[in-house]
Amino acid sequence: MGPNRTWLLIAPAMLVIGIFMVLPLFLAVAYSFMTANPYGGVTAPATFDAYLQFLYQRDFDDSLVFSPSYALIILRSIYLAIATTVICLVLGLPVAWYIVCQTPERRRILLFAVTLPFWINTLIRTYCWILILRDEGLANGALRHAGIITDPLPLLYNDGSILLGLVYTFLPFMVLPIYSTLERIDPRLIEAAHDLYASRAAVFRRIVWPLARPGALAGATLVFAPALGSFLAPDLLGGGKKLLIGSLIQMQFTSSRNWPFGAALSTVVTVVVLTVFVIRSRRVQEERR
Amino acid sequence: MAFEAVSMQSRNVPVMIDIHSVSKSFVTRDADPVHALKDVNLEIYDNEFFTLLGPSGCGKTTLLRLIAGFEAPSSGAIRIAGNDVAALPPQKRPVNTVFQSYALFPHMSVAENVAFGLEMQNAPKALIDERVREALEMVRLEGFATRRPSQLSGGQQQRVAVARALAPKPSVLLLDEPLSALDLKLRKGMQSELKRLQRETGITFVLVTHDQEEALAMSDRIAVMRSGDVLQVGTPRDIYDNPQDRFVADFIGESNLLPGAALGRDPAKTIVVRPEHIVVSPVADGTKGHATGAVSAITFLGSDTLYEVVLEEGAKLHSRSRGGASLSTGDRVVVDWAHSVERELAN
Repeated sequence: MGPNRTWLLIAPAMLVIGIFMVLPLFLAVAYSFMTANPYGGVTAPATFDAYLQFLYQRDFDDSLVFSPSYALIILRSIYLAIATTVICLVLGLPVAWYIVCQTPERRRILLFAVTLPFWINTLIRTYCWILILRDEGLANGALRHAGIITDPLPLLYNDGSILLGLVYTFLPFMVLPIYSTLERIDPRLIEAAHDLYASRAAVFRRIVWPLARPGALAGATLVFAPALGSFLAPDLLGGGKKLLIGSLIQMQFTSSRNWPFGAALSTVVTVVVLTVFVIRSRRVQEERR
Repeated sequence: MAFEAVSMQSRNVPVMIDIHSVSKSFVTRDADPVHALKDVNLEIYDNEFFTLLGPSGCGKTTLLRLIAGFEAPSSGAIRIAGNDVAALPPQKRPVNTVFQSYALFPHMSVAENVAFGLEMQNAPKALIDERVREALEMVRLEGFATRRPSQLSGGQQQRVAVARALAPKPSVLLLDEPLSALDLKLRKGMQSELKRLQRETGITFVLVTHDQEEALAMSDRIAVMRSGDVLQVGTPRDIYDNPQDRFVADFIGESNLLPGAALGRDPAKTIVVRPEHIVVSPVADGTKGHATGAVSAITFLGSDTLYEVVLEEGAKLHSRSRGGASLSTGDRVVVDWAHSVERELAN
């Protein structure tokens, strides 16, 4: 087959990747170098203003003053995304392990239960947490009813409730890839390890965890990236008091009408996520050697 | 030849594994419980190559898993080197297993696989290195220490599995159909390798197999099992020459199971004769044998010729003789054998 024919066969895949993945990314990067149109959208000329705005504030006399407030929002968002990833891993691994240990029939039911939340809109599910956590909500009501508290606990509108919402939303993305790697582990390997004098803890540390790690890494990727850009849980459960990067970006495209700045923020987030992935995949390659 | 088995047991060899009236039932959800083992009694001696032989579903693998500790007996006791192991999990038994599928750790190198057991016993690093080298030498895989299991052939993986199980120097090595995944030529080679390893290490080997040839070639003693029962225990010679059961006679080697009536004897008995013991000669020769019949088929086997003879009473038998065919199909023949080679069993 000549090189021309080969190209023809690859073309559909390239087209899909181009239209749905490369082009939007390219547009976002391009928009970040444009000037904001006060009615939305972007206009000429091309500038670096959006990126300057990220780290500097333009004073009245048009001089630039360093202002870390946006960078801090990104750092805080990264911190919350990492915390979400770690909590999801700690909760997801035992859940995946538990499901793998069941009979095939029960596995199907439990897997269905894990994916069940996908059937209901995330906005509605997140809003339900408000009903549970607010002062007159289910949680406080139950605690008051049990006589444990008299005044309601501040369960809503703090970092804890944001974290709870993020973990709740993204936990299935951790459980499923870990499950799929655990499922492929030959149970004889675990028997063999016990047979060679390994305790339960040693079997986990030396056999189960190393073999489950690719799934855990995939899960971490699937949780970290969307958690970093998420704006539903921070807005609804955080009360919008402290901005996170996802809300900030969303605001630029809606109320603030500063598309270039929103695009610049997106580009920064993309670069951060990509850097994490590149470091990760380098490390995986080194391990394989 | 029954005395052979008796002499073996009366020799005062220390017992390594004592299986005392062990039963194992598996509870199934919809059906009656499956009785995998029914009141099994066995003594396996120290430094012995012992084989559990039987068709699939006879309980041999279950018995092996009970010894390893992967399953607990429903009733009865198992003692290893004099200690009751009922309460001990696999990691606390001085027993290592070579799995049918090898079960090598895919994320570890050959050396790491072999070192695993010793590491789990917290052996000092120097000793581990020495034992790993020794074990790999023993299975002739010296140059493969840094390879991954996936980079090895089936035969090499098999050797790694054996080295891994031998490195901690267990009291007992359990082998669960270890050769079934290898092709015929490799299998023959590994049979003598395993036999050599058993002699060199002095470790008690317990092999599970459904291959009677393999069992006869490798074992010091064999236990023939069927549907949860041990039918006969003895040396390969003893089991081959003196089967005490129709099933054993039929399962080990080839046998003619002739109804007593076909030979004009007690119809409640079955006469067992090996094909190689039966002499077939033309009626014209005038020999007076056990029965007369006609040659119905002749199969050329290279060094031997196999005759199928239909007796006048209707029973069919096989005779195997050295050299080429001297008879042809349809010839009227007399079948004869020495009384000493036949066994008379109850139907």
